[in-house]
Amino acid sequence: MSAASAVFRRELLLAARRPAEWAQPLVFYAIVALLFPLGIEAHDPALKVFAPAIVWVGALLAALLGVERIFRGDLEDGTLEQLLLADAPAPLLVAAKLGAHWLLTALPLVVAAPFLGIALGLEPLAVKVLTLSLLLGTPTLMFTGGFAAALTVGAQRAGILLPILVLPLMTPAVIFGGGAVRAAASGLSFDAPLYFLGALLALTVTLLPFATAGALRNAIE
Amino acid sequence: MWTWFHQLASPPTFYRFADVLAPWLLGLAALLIGVGVYGGLFLAPPDYQQGDAFRIIYVHVPAAALSLSIYTLMAVAGGIALIWRMKLAEVAVVAAAPVGASFTALALLTGMLWGKPTWGAYWVWDARLTSELVLLFLYAGVIGLNQAYADPRAGARACAWLALVGVINVPIVHFSVTWWNSLHQGASILSVDGIRNPKISGDMLWPLLVSLGGFYLFFGAVWLRRMQNEVLWRERNARWAQQTVAA
Repeated sequence: MSAASAVFRRELLLAARRPAEWAQPLVFYAIVALLFPLGIEAHDPALKVFAPAIVWVGALLAALLGVERIFRGDLEDGTLEQLLLADAPAPLLVAAKLGAHWLLTALPLVVAAPFLGIALGLEPLAVKVLTLSLLLGTPTLMFTGGFAAALTVGAQRAGILLPILVLPLMTPAVIFGGGAVRAAASGLSFDAPLYFLGALLALTVTLLPFATAGALRNAIE
Repeated sequence: MWTWFHQLASPPTFYRFADVLAPWLLGLAALLIGVGVYGGLFLAPPDYQQGDAFRIIYVHVPAAALSLSIYTLMAVAGGIALIWRMKLAEVAVVAAAPVGASFTALALLTGMLWGKPTWGAYWVWDARLTSELVLLFLYAGVIGLNQAYADPRAGARACAWLALVGVINVPIVHFSVTWWNSLHQGASILSVDGIRNPKISGDMLWPLLVSLGGFYLFFGAVWLRRMQNEVLWRERNARWAQQTVAA
């Protein structure tokens, strides 16, 4: 456990010294979301209809932004090898690392989402559901992204591969996340999609660290 | 039995075994697909609602069934490759992916051709169609991942991990017609109820089953051939491989 908390603190410390790393996704998110009103007419009522998708897809893209770097630096300076050699179970350390990464790059997105939702004309209830759905959904995005990053970190010609791997695996989160906000915006019950998001969260946070650790082992061999 | 199985895992033995088996599979597949397609196109009566348009099922259903089976197979082979570090299982994963992607694309394409006259649209964002499209992207991911690695063994094992995680999509595709209100019709054959009292008339069903068998055999033949190629390439520095190529 102390090894996991050491990994967690190390990530936070590193990020504190490079604020650009966690600030960039946030700025990216705001710009993507605010480009849509510029793309269609500013007072178009359709904006409100598309707002759930815009806010969710924007968050997904912003979360993807830093994913490629999660393990890259650690592989290059040998930290990754030490993590996998350590006495503590590798999946736990991976989970701690991804958890720290979530705290740094995804939680700010969750905090920013209500402002973007209001700016895009969502009702207060829908904004609340939006924030909740992102709170449940972003760890799923982060852990899936971490898994894909682990798959590609050892590849010599990874290129644009990462988004191709991640996006199909992320579709359920977008379907249920956007679905919850859409249901809330049209006055329907939004419990079911939120429960699905919760189920996805439980599934990915518990199982994917094992696959991620396995893929990382494969990468350093 | 087990010794034979273990011997089969060695690349030269597998290569010779596949060399014998593949032509038989291919011949039988050609026969079954021929009979199935002839039966489906000429002998089966037209559907009372869809007319002749329904006949695309003799290609669409086998392709769609294979798209799911092949991914499941890749996950199983991937599990074997990761747990027992079996070289041949790695080859099996990598060799199956492009074939699976082709069948997925074929299923989507034939479905679109059928959807236009029957539903009035080539594409709808329906649960079955969307999850099948996601399956195509998963295949694309496996193919891309394999090509991104310089070391074929590390690449194959990364593909195995992806196949294992992505297999979650297979039951979603299969049950999507039941779980969501789907425009796509439900399962006519592959369901508990469907086997006891088929929802499809006998003179339409038999060509479909024959064609289904033919497609599976065809996949088997293509898969073995692709595995042979992959094995030969990976073992290109071994003496048996050089002798095989020279012979």
